[in-house]
Amino acid sequence: MTCDDARLLVHAYLDNELDAAQSATMIKHLRDCTACAASYDVYGRLRKALAQPGLYRRAPDALRERWSPAQPAASAAPASPRRRRAPLAYAMAAGFAGALLLTSPAWIAGLRQDGGGGNPVVAEAISSHIRSLQAQHLMDVVSTDQHTVKPWFEGKLDFSPRVKDLTGEGFPLIGGRLDAIAGRSVAALIYKRHLHVINLYQWPADASATASSEEQRHGYTVIRWATEGMHYVAVSDVSAGDLKQFVLAFQNDAGTPTARSPP
Amino acid sequence: MPADLHVISPNPDSVRSARFEALVLPCLDAAYNLARWLARDNADAQDVVQEAMLRALRYFDSFHGSDARVWLLAIVRNTFYTLRTKTPPGSLHESLDEDAHTLVDGGPSPETLTLLAVDVGTLQLALERLPSPLREVIVLRELEECSYKEIAAITEQKIGTVMSRLARARERLKAELAHHPKEVRRHDV
Ligand SMILES: [Zn+2]
Repeated sequence: MTCDDARLLVHAYLDNELDAAQSATMIKHLRDCTACAASYDVYGRLRKALAQPGLYRRAPDALRERWSPAQPAASAAPASPRRRRAPLAYAMAAGFAGALLLTSPAWIAGLRQDGGGGNPVVAEAISSHIRSLQAQHLMDVVSTDQHTVKPWFEGKLDFSPRVKDLTGEGFPLIGGRLDAIAGRSVAALIYKRHLHVINLYQWPADASATASSEEQRHGYTVIRWATEGMHYVAVSDVSAGDLKQFVLAFQNDAGTPTARSPP
Repeated sequence: MPADLHVISPNPDSVRSARFEALVLPCLDAAYNLARWLARDNADAQDVVQEAMLRALRYFDSFHGSDARVWLLAIVRNTFYTLRTKTPPGSLHESLDEDAHTLVDGGPSPETLTLLAVDVGTLQLALERLPSPLREVIVLRELEECSYKEIAAITEQKIGTVMSRLARARERLKAELAHHPKEVRRHDV
């Protein structure tokens, strides 16, 4: 064994990760080479120094209480009989959106206070957005071409989503995905803003629906609007200003014509 | 308007819930420890862990392994890099390679002997100064006492890469402690 080899392997030796033959060779080298033996000694002491309990960061009480199985939800939520159960049991039963509602009172409480039936949609859209950022979940169809993305949805949805490429406005289209919001299948278009991802969900609305809103939760901005018989929800961690710009770009782009349902 | 989604089933899956409580909740300290050393900030670390726990809950059905801690720590790590969005995990290779020249190291200098006298605060600063790919292997190995195989699973790297990063991280730490034992300097990765 050369000193060069030993320089790397001394760490594996310290960590007890060498097999018997390698260990024997290492021991022999440390016996014969004072430089490597001294190095072994120093790294041994470094390891001991790093083992001091003062360096370990334990979970703070607030976090621990939030995830404690025995306690009721630590929120100011109304004490309905349902809410008195352990938050974890609820989260399990309600799935991810429920988990957000029940275990993140600090930032989800605001969603409830606003009232109105749209609020769960915001929480659900954020959870869907977070989920989409997990490696294999972002896109079902990968294309920067709106003429590829739009037909991809055909036959998969009971409506035809509006697909626009906004590369010119700084929001390139990168693909599409089927998702579920508000208990129904929706189209999700994925756009990029520099390194950030924007998810745009859409599904049919009553022709009269025109509600629009903007909310910020936990670092995510959610903008909802409805127009020409379609609900839209845009979610991203880009700045609120950037997301507004995206929404305006989408609303103003002529793009492909509106099609409420397939012919 | 969309359907009201507040409806919560009155019949929670208590078996699944109990499994999550038994397997994942005991790893909360480990999750926070890793998040705190990655984020280097209490509030950010809490956000990361909260998000990671929600993801763990969401994906718990996909957990079939035997080691919930390794599984959760991988989620914590991914969550941190996702939320930070600034620098993807792989993009620090260049700076790591540039650092290679500082690793030429012949045995102990008189300064390295001061290692014995290093206090927790100095050690903490030196650790926080490491680039995150090096910092995370140190935290996983020395603080969480993970094996190379576990670290490889958590960081999605080959065992050989884990070994060389750990060697590099320790060499960097030693150099920092030996040459700037009292210097208080922070720079963000
Ligand atoms: Zn040697």
